[in-house]
Amino acid sequence: MRLEQLADAAQRPSDPPPLSTATRRGFLQASAALGGGLLLSFGLSPLMGRAAAGAADGFAPNAFIRIGRDGQVTLIVPQVEMGQGTYTSLPMLIAEELEVDLSDVHVEHAPPDDQLYGNPLVGIQMTGNSNSVRAFFEPLRQAGATARSMMLAAAADTWQVDASTCRAEKGAVIHDATGRALDYGELVDKAATLPVPESVALKDPKDWRLIGTPARRLDTADKVNGRAVFGIDVTIPGMKIATLAQSPVFGGRVNSVDDSKALVVKGVRQVVRLDDAVAVVADHMGAAKKGLAALEIEWDEGANATLGTADVVRELESASRRTGAIARREGDVETAMAGAATKVEATYQVPFLAHAVMEPMNCTVDLRQDSCEVWVGTQVLSRAHAAAAQTAGLPPEKVKVHNHLLGGGFGRRLEIDGVVRAVQIAKHVDGPVKVIWTREEDIQHDMYRPCFFDRMSAGLDEQGMPIAWHHRFAGSSIYARFYPPAFNNGLDPDTIDGAIDLSYALPNMRVEYVHVEPPGIPTAFWRSVGPSHNVFVVESFVDELAAAANKDPLEYRRALLDKAPRAKAVLELAGEKAGWGQPLPQGSGRGVSLQFVFGTYMAQVAEVEVAQDGEVRVRRVVCVVDCGTVVNPDTVEAQVQGAIIFGITAALYGEITLKGGRVEQSNFDTYQMLRINEAPVIEVHIVQSSEPPGGMGEPGTSAIVPAVANAIFAATGKRLRKLPIDAAQLKSA
Amino acid sequence: MAYDIKVNGAVRNVDVDGDTPLLWVLRDVLGMTGTKFGCGAALCGACTVHIDGVATRSCVTTIDSVGGSAITTIEAIGETPAGQAVQKAWLDLEVVQCGYCQSGQIMSAAALLAENPGPSDADIDDAMSGNICRCGTYPRIRAAIKQAALAKPAQ
Repeated sequence: MRLEQLADAAQRPSDPPPLSTATRRGFLQASAALGGGLLLSFGLSPLMGRAAAGAADGFAPNAFIRIGRDGQVTLIVPQVEMGQGTYTSLPMLIAEELEVDLSDVHVEHAPPDDQLYGNPLVGIQMTGNSNSVRAFFEPLRQAGATARSMMLAAAADTWQVDASTCRAEKGAVIHDATGRALDYGELVDKAATLPVPESVALKDPKDWRLIGTPARRLDTADKVNGRAVFGIDVTIPGMKIATLAQSPVFGGRVNSVDDSKALVVKGVRQVVRLDDAVAVVADHMGAAKKGLAALEIEWDEGANATLGTADVVRELESASRRTGAIARREGDVETAMAGAATKVEATYQVPFLAHAVMEPMNCTVDLRQDSCEVWVGTQVLSRAHAAAAQTAGLPPEKVKVHNHLLGGGFGRRLEIDGVVRAVQIAKHVDGPVKVIWTREEDIQHDMYRPCFFDRMSAGLDEQGMPIAWHHRFAGSSIYARFYPPAFNNGLDPDTIDGAIDLSYALPNMRVEYVHVEPPGIPTAFWRSVGPSHNVFVVESFVDELAAAANKDPLEYRRALLDKAPRAKAVLELAGEKAGWGQPLPQGSGRGVSLQFVFGTYMAQVAEVEVAQDGEVRVRRVVCVVDCGTVVNPDTVEAQVQGAIIFGITAALYGEITLKGGRVEQSNFDTYQMLRINEAPVIEVHIVQSSEPPGGMGEPGTSAIVPAVANAIFAATGKRLRKLPIDAAQLKSA
Repeated sequence: MAYDIKVNGAVRNVDVDGDTPLLWVLRDVLGMTGTKFGCGAALCGACTVHIDGVATRSCVTTIDSVGGSAITTIEAIGETPAGQAVQKAWLDLEVVQCGYCQSGQIMSAAALLAENPGPSDADIDDAMSGNICRCGTYPRIRAAIKQAALAKPAQ
């Protein structure tokens, strides 16, 4: 998802530009923190200029450093932690410049507030798009450097020496000439009275002691002993537990409910009937589930009652024959195609996918006459807040949202449907209620990675190299619903991501998108989003071109990369590390993929083994990543490992299908996940680079899928153009 | 109906239907939220506890089946040599991402190591393939179990 463009789309002419390094400093200011100490606040979002100018009693900051008199440094992290390591990488940026040990930094969740905590690349408070480090790399270092500079100034003033003769180290200011030292805690009162420097120098990267090191994660100690509090773990005095059944057909309604059997279940307190859902409220989830099973609900299934996956695919296939909005046009595809020595054509198809976050959807609400409190783990805190207020019918200031650790996000928690539903239920409940989706409800009422249908065609010259490239695809636009201003002229930045900015030299190229919203199934962002679809298609098709040219697929790609040195470098290194070209046993094969998405270059080589019955095992994956400047290499490795396993799950198993308007899959038996016994060996190689940081949460997922498909082709000679991989087609016995 | 169950060494009295899964007794009745709900059908392992030392899916274990057995949860597994070694290895190798499944992973791994001090890859597959991790921490889980096996003091 290319949300960098979202900030631009959100920009109104009267707004100041997104903060550059020059303007951002203007918003830095210090003030005495509540309870004493130094509160350093700094502005980041495009809206900050106006907010700062408009507030006489100090502007509304975007994030905070708090240093107490005890020297405790607290960072209020604007991005949420869902496993991707934000609660470590962002504190690292502060601690690097502030000259404090990472172990001395406390991390707090930010409260909901776009003005204060809006992601500067997006304009709203949103954790997604693999951009936390990208968005905050400079602002957080500046915040740390500013605070350090003020500590130096406070100490210098205390000692009546020149600040340039002082240095900061491990939370203290030291004056080497006289051997004096003062801890930050001793300096906060004075620092809070000092003017904020107009500009501060960031450390030279060669002096970094934290950035680039595999620093220990700050969020994990409580995750190995059961103490970590995810949204689902919230406990409020007097709280009831509810679970729910929503219309199994999207858009359906409740016709009637017989709750007589449910109400006699021990522990069941109440049955709540909504227009399109029924909830059972109980003392505990065991009773709620038992009560739910005892309900007799008759649904009015509505307009989508007969919808099946084939209907959706047929519509997309048909739409893919129409001309689409032009996402990219280079040269003259028609003329080049007409003059091509060889033409290659293919169609591809990817399915709907569920997120299946391990922590099922849940939300806790305490709704009173004039207030509403919400406890939830969400990727869009401010949107959750707004949704709760709107649903509760309360002004925003009467609503408080508490964020929690997320038991997986992957895009699912970019949506606020769960908050809305929980507040709807809470309106009927006297006292706090925690609403928990069963796994079946979570999978059958997800918002899904869209299904797409793609048409590819290419013209090759006498040497088999591509001289014309045409890619047209049809499917859902998530932005058209999620953030309509970003959907313009039939295009949005996410849906086409991974299809237009190819590293290859393609002189004549056209990419078209036909926007079709399938009825009866809501779609949403899913880890690696647009590229999860486009990279599979593009990298599979490049492989097809290499095969048509009778060339090695890695060499074929390499020959197209003369003007893309970073892409070429990751590809070459991946080949080298993977032992590309070395023989493999019968039934095994290697496949390669290359991509540039989320600001990160990545090449992967997958080794697969295809059994006689067609079962595919991915045995080994070599991944080379150039994500520019690395903040925490251990997190980069972990994200690649995890993203690859996420992608293999999708490639081998992932598919949500509709029958009679209902999602057919319901739990991990029918919506299968890769397990430890199926997980490949994964080798991650990180290219040293001083380029700006790229995103790391998602690229691994989009890159592995075509690498697996290409490896299957290498192993079997069979090109599978539809996901998930159909083992039946690979049977050799 | 009232049941006395033994959780982490303490006897607790709970009044629920006999078919109530142990998971919800732990989480919602006793307020011990370290044990997680993932699927409700013994498919993902997030709810794994030990019952008399055996890794057990609490989401399908009814309270009337527990009797006087000793239930150990993630909150107390660090008090066992295997559990302590597993937790330390988990942190040393930075296994955890979102962390939601890790209570169950750690309980399964601790049960494995308590039984088998030197598990092979196949042993790890057998013991751990019932635990899903959506973040994909499997490579590190495998490495951490091996490290914990080396570190675990002889009992």
